Amino acid sequence: MAFKDRVPMPEQDPRLRITNFDEVALGYTEEQALTEASRCLQCPNPTCVEGCPVGIDIKSFIAFIQQGKFTQGYYKIKEKNNFPAMTGRVCPQETQCEASCVLAKTGKPIAIGRLERFLADHEMYKPQQIETEKKNGIPVACVGTGPASLAAAGDLAKKGYEVHLFEALHLPGGVLSYGIPEFRLPKKIVNHEIMLLSDLGVFIHTDVIVGKTYTIRQLLKDFKAMFLGTGAGAPLLLGVPGENLNGILTANEFLIRVNLMKAYRFPEFDTPIKRGKEVVVVGAGNVAMDAARTARRLGANVTIVYRRSRAEMPARAEEIEHAEEEGIHMKLLTNPIAFRGKDGWVRAAEVISMKLGNPDERGRRRPIPIEGSNHKIPCDQVIVAIGTTPNPILKHSTPDLLVTSHGNIVVDEHYQTNIPGVFAGGDIVTGSATVIEALGAGKKAAIYMDEFIRGA
Amino acid sequence: MYELVDKELIAPEIWKIKVRAPHIAKAYKPGNFVIVLPHERGERIPLTVFDTDEENIYIVFQEVGKSTRLLGKMNVGDQIQDVMGPTGHEFPSQKFGNVVLVAGGVGAATAVPLGRHLHACGNKITTILGARNKGLVLFEKELESISEKLIITTDDGSYGTKGLVTDALKEVLSAKSTDLVIAIGPARMMKAVSDLTKPTSIKTLVSLNSIMVCGTGMCGACRVGYGETTVLTCIDGPELDGHLVDWDTLLPRLNMYKEEETLSLSLMEKESR
Repeated sequence: MAFKDRVPMPEQDPRLRITNFDEVALGYTEEQALTEASRCLQCPNPTCVEGCPVGIDIKSFIAFIQQGKFTQGYYKIKEKNNFPAMTGRVCPQETQCEASCVLAKTGKPIAIGRLERFLADHEMYKPQQIETEKKNGIPVACVGTGPASLAAAGDLAKKGYEVHLFEALHLPGGVLSYGIPEFRLPKKIVNHEIMLLSDLGVFIHTDVIVGKTYTIRQLLKDFKAMFLGTGAGAPLLLGVPGENLNGILTANEFLIRVNLMKAYRFPEFDTPIKRGKEVVVVGAGNVAMDAARTARRLGANVTIVYRRSRAEMPARAEEIEHAEEEGIHMKLLTNPIAFRGKDGWVRAAEVISMKLGNPDERGRRRPIPIEGSNHKIPCDQVIVAIGTTPNPILKHSTPDLLVTSHGNIVVDEHYQTNIPGVFAGGDIVTGSATVIEALGAGKKAAIYMDEFIRGA
Repeated sequence: MYELVDKELIAPEIWKIKVRAPHIAKAYKPGNFVIVLPHERGERIPLTVFDTDEENIYIVFQEVGKSTRLLGKMNVGDQIQDVMGPTGHEFPSQKFGNVVLVAGGVGAATAVPLGRHLHACGNKITTILGARNKGLVLFEKELESISEKLIITTDDGSYGTKGLVTDALKEVLSAKSTDLVIAIGPARMMKAVSDLTKPTSIKTLVSLNSIMVCGTGMCGACRVGYGETTVLTCIDGPELDGHLVDWDTLLPRLNMYKEEETLSLSLMEKESR
């Protein structure tokens, strides 16, 4: 039996989009959404939902699209997910819901993410009808305003709690605001979905560093329970000579300047960013792709340097494809061993070629340097995107909070830390993962926080 | 938004402003600082907390770039977009013994709270206060009150001894056994002090003024080579061991955005004309 092809996502032409920060994926029209939804077989026992970390009733929302009942479809998603406009854009659907779609084996799974985004974009600016339980006046706190905390906050608010979110930066959203670029996740969307959360009665306090402005112990006096969703915020460095030269930035700094501080609009905005001509991005995850594509839009010729091969690149396939369409070069099996500079500024990355050896404990083939293969890549900017690690502030100010040797917070099966009433979830517990996994953790923690408070 | 409650010009282009921020005032400890975003399209800059009371923090800053110029132009009653903090490592409550506090220029604003703290912890303090000229000598009274001895140096000799703080430091170190030197001021001055004390192996702390963005340990803008490793000024500092700081990479880092700073300033001046 022949299956119809997926309706392709309309996108900005690569030649045009590297000159702007507008969204790359333009979203389905009603007609495209109806066509794509019509491919859904409405399986009696749907498998797609098993692939969703927050358990969205995918079959039902697609059925509503098939019937043209977009509002009902939107609220079907919102039963489980308060942020469909964001997750519709940034979830790795190809390894989650779409991978478990029964059509996945044909290579043409239903484009669930695109349909989710379609409904969100279609409905989110209309007056919202979210049913919440009667306000119980019990105050709870969520620390951090990234995906994990936002999800916990939304579900706790729906249960009637008085939720207070605490954010260290001047704008909420965590990685959604400072990390993921405008062209992949417009800040208008982020702000709107967070505003809808405020409409549920959630209070957002910015400029508050929990651990500095208030300690966890102080907050526990005012809040019946709290959720720590502070993410994996601190950047990792390569630890090679020359890494502190001018022109070398962590991906976090580069993206914070551009996304959060709007440095791409300098001098209209006051935060500056150097526009590199030859930029080397080290790493091959989604953050590396975001940094590379951002540098490209700032006018650079960009080369991604990665120590393993294409098969091991951790970024989503779609992100790698988009990067290549935009003319970003990939220099694989290559690893920086030093940076060389002149007058304090980086001028070249000294790299060594690698080959793949036996698999490591995680099953990925270990890269081994090839002796004598050193060579230089001339560059005037380097962006280091090799991952992040938990921020030490919370642990420093709360020495009795149990963390692993890597600094991740230890929780029990109910997402509770060793401090009663203090729960945690998302990257701060698991290490770097995806937006939707953090949302899932926040939602589960909210259930146990509710149980904890009602039992207490 | 944070209300500017009061402002005082304490020297040419140097302001002390009083900002209402009770939560920061309560949490503040010596060594801490704040990150200020002057307006919605502004940049996040680290500024010194000079003092606090129940409801307010007192920030001292010098007008150098667009952001500090804008802050200097704000009027009493105006609202500052964002003030985050306190951040930075608190200074340890420890009795070191004989401490020499070397403060240069507007660094005196940071020296006052640290000096008060060290004094309260039972340390005996000699303060060397340096400035370009008499008009730029800051907080003389405040520093005198916590010091056993206060030495003032000016580059032009218009007040105190003519010369550099390092000249005075040499004399102090040769006259008296010293357990700790703390240098606060321009990076070149802090480097000179560290170079001077390195052969003596007297513990020397410097209060770094790195360029920052987040101020919470996320971005790494303020990183500095430190012995065999790299640390972040915002959460590992601002007080760091001057003998471990890699000054050769730190000094160029401080000038990284010189061109952009100049452009911002000139555009601002054009607008106000």
